[in-house]
Amino acid sequence: MLVFVIRRLLQAIPILIGVSLVVFALVHLVPGDPIDILLPPDASPAVIAQMKAAFGFDRPLYIQYLLWLGHALSGDFGLSIFTTEPVGPALAAALLNTLQLAVPAAVLGFGFGIALGLISAFHHNRWPDKLAAIATTAGVSMPHYWCAIVVVLLCSVLHDWLPAQGMGDADLPLIDRLRYLVLPVATLAFIPMGVIGRLVRATVLEILGRDFPAALAAKGLTRWPILRHVCRNAAPPVLALMGLQFGYLLGGSILVETVFNWPGSGNLLNLAIFRRDIPVLQATILVLASFFVLLNLLVDIAQAAIDPRLRR
Amino acid sequence: MSDAPALLRVEGLTKHFPVHGGPLNRRVATVRAVDDVSLAVAAGETLGIVGESGCGKSTTARLLMRLIEPDRGRLLFDGREVGAAGGIDVTTLRRQMQMVFQDSYASLNPRMTILGSIAYAPRMHGLAARAADARAEALLDRVGLEPRQFARRYPHELSGGQRQRVNIARALALQPRLVILDEAVSALDKSVAAQVLNLLADLKQQFNLTYLFISHDLNVVEYISDRVLVMYLGQVVETGPVAAIYGRPRHPYTRALLASKPTLDPDRRTISLPLTGDPPNPIDPPSGCRFRTRCGFADAVCAARTPPLAAPLGHPPDAHLVACHVPAAQQQAIHGH
Amino acid sequence: MAPLQAIGAIGVPPLTSVPASPGYWRGVWRRLLRDPLTIGVTILLVAIILCAIFAPLVATQDPTLGHVLGRLQPIGSAGHWLGTDETGRDMWARLAYGGRLSLLAGIAPVAISLVVGGLLGITAGYLGGLANTLIMRAMDVFYAFPSILLAIAICGMLGSGLSNAILALALVFVPPMTRIAETVTTQCRGLDFVEAARASGTSAAQIIRHHILANVLGPIMVYATSLISLSIILSAGLSFLGLGATPPTPEWGLMLNALRQSIYVQPYVAALPGLLIFITSMCFNLASDGLRGAMDVRLAR
Repeated sequence: MLVFVIRRLLQAIPILIGVSLVVFALVHLVPGDPIDILLPPDASPAVIAQMKAAFGFDRPLYIQYLLWLGHALSGDFGLSIFTTEPVGPALAAALLNTLQLAVPAAVLGFGFGIALGLISAFHHNRWPDKLAAIATTAGVSMPHYWCAIVVVLLCSVLHDWLPAQGMGDADLPLIDRLRYLVLPVATLAFIPMGVIGRLVRATVLEILGRDFPAALAAKGLTRWPILRHVCRNAAPPVLALMGLQFGYLLGGSILVETVFNWPGSGNLLNLAIFRRDIPVLQATILVLASFFVLLNLLVDIAQAAIDPRLRR
Repeated sequence: MSDAPALLRVEGLTKHFPVHGGPLNRRVATVRAVDDVSLAVAAGETLGIVGESGCGKSTTARLLMRLIEPDRGRLLFDGREVGAAGGIDVTTLRRQMQMVFQDSYASLNPRMTILGSIAYAPRMHGLAARAADARAEALLDRVGLEPRQFARRYPHELSGGQRQRVNIARALALQPRLVILDEAVSALDKSVAAQVLNLLADLKQQFNLTYLFISHDLNVVEYISDRVLVMYLGQVVETGPVAAIYGRPRHPYTRALLASKPTLDPDRRTISLPLTGDPPNPIDPPSGCRFRTRCGFADAVCAARTPPLAAPLGHPPDAHLVACHVPAAQQQAIHGH
Repeated sequence: MAPLQAIGAIGVPPLTSVPASPGYWRGVWRRLLRDPLTIGVTILLVAIILCAIFAPLVATQDPTLGHVLGRLQPIGSAGHWLGTDETGRDMWARLAYGGRLSLLAGIAPVAISLVVGGLLGITAGYLGGLANTLIMRAMDVFYAFPSILLAIAICGMLGSGLSNAILALALVFVPPMTRIAETVTTQCRGLDFVEAARASGTSAAQIIRHHILANVLGPIMVYATSLISLSIILSAGLSFLGLGATPPTPEWGLMLNALRQSIYVQPYVAALPGLLIFITSMCFNLASDGLRGAMDVRLAR
């Protein structure tokens, strides 16, 4: 087991290096100079050169890459071109906000997904299955930015039950602040619910089709113990997908955050793109992607811990 | 047997598979699947290869067909070396030598009609579509499947025996001279297997074929072979004419193998276990003679030196050769027969 | 040996008259025809696609012409049966014309990645060894990014515009497509009939074309159809963020964004573009499910 963990960690390193290269390349192959946005069009070449030097854009690309990577590894992500504030703390704060959405959405989505998937599998081809299957397929096909709009429509515009934008002021009592969470979390939970629900249904059906549940029933086990055995077999692929989906929730929240004006990492990314704020862009994508890689690593290790056959 | 030159000569065929492990996935061990195997098959004869599972029979077959690349060894077909300058290349070899696999269902493309599967190789080698189809239909007829009924069908609609007939027809489509049959009837019911074996005998006569018949079933090998080769843990331990091997086995392993054949004859009941222990791991075979850990006659010399097969290629083709340090007389004295 | 020879005298029993099998794909087609849900969904999809292609015939008004005075008319207004948008343009016309771009942005990236990823994956799967390792490790790096993130990053780099969005999405879909193709090809390559084909001395290209492709295309197509639904959502999402189609082009994602503020005035009209994205995506998903079900028959051995 330990050997497996070490091997996976070693495999993750070149991937992380590759990720950093891709991030750097993506951002620096952007046509157009970021400096142009900040300076008036008639700025003299001397001023332009000075600005470039201040941000380090005048050095060769690979030096820029190594410098950036070196600093990033020690936590220093530089200064935002737009706000001239350090990127690190701003990114950390934004990530925290996104986590406030991602974790409840994950719990909600996975919980409903597993429930719907199990219902579907155990009532295969009868009406509960059909209903649950429609719900999960709808979840997977849902454009969450539209869902956000509809949900805002229903709960804020037509009925004024819940606030439509933002996080709420920091000095509000917790109950009130939670009201701001409800709509974004509900919206975000749809897709994981659908994805997990479909996978649970397929996996459990496949396991029920094997011989051993019948053998267990013949041995005299009642329904709940059999369910436990089935779940233990179904767990690895479902866990893997849950990890993946959590990663998507963290890294892919940009659309929902835009609609709800939630100050999370997605929103930060959105603004950085339009402002061509390179340090923020690089830092955000790097951190989100690295999170994703580490998350996959954890999921692989967890899977191998459950199912020894996976520890090649 | 006549002095006909060998159709197929194999010298020193060796294949080791690496086993990877550890955090850096390095090679940690080696599976010595086939070790220094030499044999010769004369034109027109059937050479049977027997042994337990894992003794390297199937790997040898795949090495002969060059589906796996050998680590060492020479292969000569009709006197010409495969892969050497001035010899023949692998593609040409494959037109002369074909193989029938054990799993009749997996051997056929589920998305291709029977006719398509048989006609595939000739078409790819340049035969016109119509001519290839005609040849395929003729072969179908020859193996006992009526073309009008079977040509347009798919593998899943046929029974095991019928599928194996298709596989045989497919092997014959390129008009080879030698056919390797790798456990070709092992997965079939006994009655069906008997039909297929008789078909194989007929085809051999009609098309002047040479067979290499690999099986773990001793009865089948005895029925169909002219000469037999016994393998153990990647090496050849005994070879000779079928009557000699089955009647007067000289290697302790062969004796044990034959003694463990279940028989309905009350006079030949098995009283004591002829073979003890599990076959050792091909990753870490015993030093010297590989059989010595299960052998009733093992001596000190058996651990020290690997017994040679007494230069199999120098002797006449039907010589009875054995790789054992302990002479037959001594074995007889110990065992009583 | 007499007993064996006696048995051998029995010939092959004649087949009882069963009609010849129509073949695998015909069988799939027939099973699809018996599935009402898939048929219904496919009909709906065809209707949507036809409306989009024949938009000028179906919608008589000009999708780019708007009257500021007539803006944000509700559903069922005179002359505009689906209302008007925030600058007074006819919604029905914009939805129909928008369908062209939205569907294009949904299908094109998948088609491109199907060819590129399929080629890479089949090659990696068939060749194995070093080629496989190189290709799949390269894909792994791109797998490290959540799809939306990568799409946005590439789009942000290339600049806005629908063709850039299509390109970005195609790049995002190549790694998963490659992975699926490689997995099924590796599985197929290990089967005996492929070994038999190799043993018959035919070239790799011939083997891939005649043996591997037919067996591999099925699962790849199922995956591609489900990918279309994702592609439609993502491309509309990119337009929603301003990274895809640019105004005044009619495109569902762009329309959704433009109508966001109007949600307080004409909520139902504002929700229409998204509804269409949802319905189209769901139809593709259900069709993909139906296709997988029709292909997943346990053939009688």
